[in-house]
Amino acid sequence: MTKCLILSMEEWAEKKNKKKIVVEKINLKIGEFTCVEPISLINTFNAAVLGSWLDSSEITIETIPFEGKCSKCNRLYFPKKENGYKSPCCNFNLEEIISGRELKIASIDFKEK
Amino acid sequence: MHLPISDKIELNILHQNSHQAEKNKIKFNNYNLLCLNIMSSPGAGKTRLLEITLEDLSKKFYSAVLEGDMTTNLDAARLEKLNIPVVPITTGRACHLDANMVSGGLKLLEKKINPNLLDILLVENVGNLVCPAEFEIGEHFKVALLSITEGEDKPLKYPIMFREADLILITKVDLLPHLNFDINELKLNIASTNPKADVIEISSITKSGFHLWQDWISKKILKFKNN
Repeated sequence: MTKCLILSMEEWAEKKNKKKIVVEKINLKIGEFTCVEPISLINTFNAAVLGSWLDSSEITIETIPFEGKCSKCNRLYFPKKENGYKSPCCNFNLEEIISGRELKIASIDFKEK
Repeated sequence: MHLPISDKIELNILHQNSHQAEKNKIKFNNYNLLCLNIMSSPGAGKTRLLEITLEDLSKKFYSAVLEGDMTTNLDAARLEKLNIPVVPITTGRACHLDANMVSGGLKLLEKKINPNLLDILLVENVGNLVCPAEFEIGEHFKVALLSITEGEDKPLKYPIMFREADLILITKVDLLPHLNFDINELKLNIASTNPKADVIEISSITKSGFHLWQDWISKKILKFKNN
């Protein structure tokens, strides 16, 4: 995932003229229902970019809640592992996921040299 | 130095992988070749499943395998004995196959056989219940294996893998009489994570359930070919 993030940043920077910018912050939106552990992503990113053009950049992560929709009564709810992800209102299985699968670069804060 | 600029890009971190996966899928479609992504934890029985499956499947359909492995070609060597085209993909330290690796594997496969002659490509992913679930490879269907020795709670502990799967194979069910394992609880946990998934119980020792799995594959191939 860290590699994918760095490749995405490289791709973005190619359009901006990498040598003329300094990236200050990479603002991510990471859903709770993904395989990404935010602190691990930050740590591996910081290690991977040491000495590179992204060395001084900081990652911020906005966690997007895991939210489902009860397929019986259409109420939104926050699925919990302890409850088998079932809806608390009708005890229905998790069918529709509303949010929580996001793996996004929301924005990049940078300065021109 | 100028004032900071915020570039709101809202870009999926995995977009490059998704883009390559889409290109892979177009290639599979052009070859009229159904691709299955086979995933599980290490030791759930993926390679043995493929050995038994391909013995019968290759009598009816032209099959090939891309064999993902972190460090060895041991699994690929087992499958090569079945006289089908097998391409090993050694991932090194990577714990999953990504779309680029599969694209590379497909190029090697093209040197072995004209993919237009094939009906099905089985991709055995690296044994891991976490990362493979997030990385599309261009597959048409995802198949997740879960052996009963892993415990009933795994669909809840690794929900993304089981949520993403189109079919879940419960393996090693011949061990049921010897274990304190509640298969109904496992099925409830699968249903609560992914109510839409097909579920088949199989055993590579007794071969129980293999006819259902073979039927599932055959129907998917025939439907794919007829579309």
